[in-house]
Amino acid sequence: MTDVTPSLDVAGLAFAYPDGHQALFGVDFSIARGERVALLGPNGAGKTTLVLHLNGILTGGTGTVKVAGLPVGRQHMAEIRRRVGIVFQDPDDQLFMPTVREDVAFGPAAAGLKGPELEQRVDRALERVGMADFKDRPPHHLSFGQRRRVAVATVLAMEPEILVLDEPSSNLDPASRRELADILRSLDVTVLMVTHDLPYALELCPRSLILSEGVIAADGPSGELLSDEELMRAHRLELPFGFDPRAVPAAPARP
Amino acid sequence: MGAGHAHKLYRHGHSPVHGLPPHTKLAAVFAFVVVVVSTPREAMWAFGLYAALLGTVAYVARVPAGFLLRRLLIEVPFVAFAVLMPFVAEGERVDVLGMSLSVNGLWGAWNVLAKGTLGVAASVLLAATTELRELLLGLQRLRLPPLLVQIASFMIRYGDVITDEMRRMRIARESRGFEAKGVRHWGVLAKSAGALFIRSYERGERVHLAMVSRGYAGSMPVIDEVTASRAQWSYALALPCAALVVCLLGWAL
Repeated sequence: MTDVTPSLDVAGLAFAYPDGHQALFGVDFSIARGERVALLGPNGAGKTTLVLHLNGILTGGTGTVKVAGLPVGRQHMAEIRRRVGIVFQDPDDQLFMPTVREDVAFGPAAAGLKGPELEQRVDRALERVGMADFKDRPPHHLSFGQRRRVAVATVLAMEPEILVLDEPSSNLDPASRRELADILRSLDVTVLMVTHDLPYALELCPRSLILSEGVIAADGPSGELLSDEELMRAHRLELPFGFDPRAVPAAPARP
Repeated sequence: MGAGHAHKLYRHGHSPVHGLPPHTKLAAVFAFVVVVVSTPREAMWAFGLYAALLGTVAYVARVPAGFLLRRLLIEVPFVAFAVLMPFVAEGERVDVLGMSLSVNGLWGAWNVLAKGTLGVAASVLLAATTELRELLLGLQRLRLPPLLVQIASFMIRYGDVITDEMRRMRIARESRGFEAKGVRHWGVLAKSAGALFIRSYERGERVHLAMVSRGYAGSMPVIDEVTASRAQWSYALALPCAALVVCLLGWAL
């Protein structure tokens, strides 16, 4: 396991916005292929800034990000963006084409895929999220949960090395939330999930990272981190009322 | 295809006109309108023939007359302008029902009315038989600048999202006891409009981010290649060709 190239490797990443606000102060972590990892942190911890570094939308700080061994940089941006699939928080931002099919096809088509091969890619991605019947619908006529699933499909269609989800459970009702969890569990890609939803992180991710004030403050098994009350309090992370992480079986690691 | 979810101008169907590739229909309507506009206004019978041609298309497309006529109402403001012309134009005058009207103005009004109505009718038929999405593909195929096509397609996609945002802002205003009544409140409305603009602008930035994340590099990838066979082209161009014959007769006679 150790000598396989990790899906994602972040080393010494620091970044300040042009207005002088420093968001990241040296972030180090690495995610092995096939792992599901949660990135936890209070508002303003720099989570979104970190996500935007993973596919090179933000650059110019110090440190390196490597995706499956390939450093994020200007030379192979197209390849990096194919390998890192980001699902943004608001599906209305993510789904910008007139129909679901065209939206899912956008990424692969931009990478040069055409004809039946493209069609096949779209069908497979939509099947994986259970939205194959909605192919010709315009995105704005879908429910919020359905839109979120299509947003995941748009990224899966690019066959990414790592799937990065920004607040995947936000605004979902409990049923849609569970459906999305089932889908995420069924995928065989590396997942980095940025979230405030601690039970969701515990349910899906065996391992968690806590990002606080621009650094990785903790890295370990989700159950252990969430049970450490002092650590949680120090980083403004709070479990929902009545939720006891010790009473929940740990998320199973992938077979 | 998304039945029941299409735009209200569109009328779902499977007629031969519905089945034509969008760019052939666009070209046909455009050519038809050009021909109609270049017909001399004195050849009144020619306009009757044009109307008959459109009637045939509507029949083949199975678009009911009532549907077509109701959609034609959009033309009313322009008709009002045409009705004014006989009263205000200069030149020779005739008496009709005790009113003194300008002959030139009458011809002008007829000209605007006949050509306008035919143009609108042709466009309504196009919209009724072609989905918005297809129209965009057609425009793309006809080599309209891609930037314009992209802007139009984003308008379709985000029109509802922005209207919804506007509705939420209105509800938020009203929930706090605000009701726009009179000039004094325009300031508040203007600020809402400004806020809506900024929100839309920021959404635009987020959408762009999402596009770039999926490999957008300045041009939209071609997902649906629309093509037309020679037969389809000739089928679509039958309308403007017939109209051209009428037009030439109009000049010759």
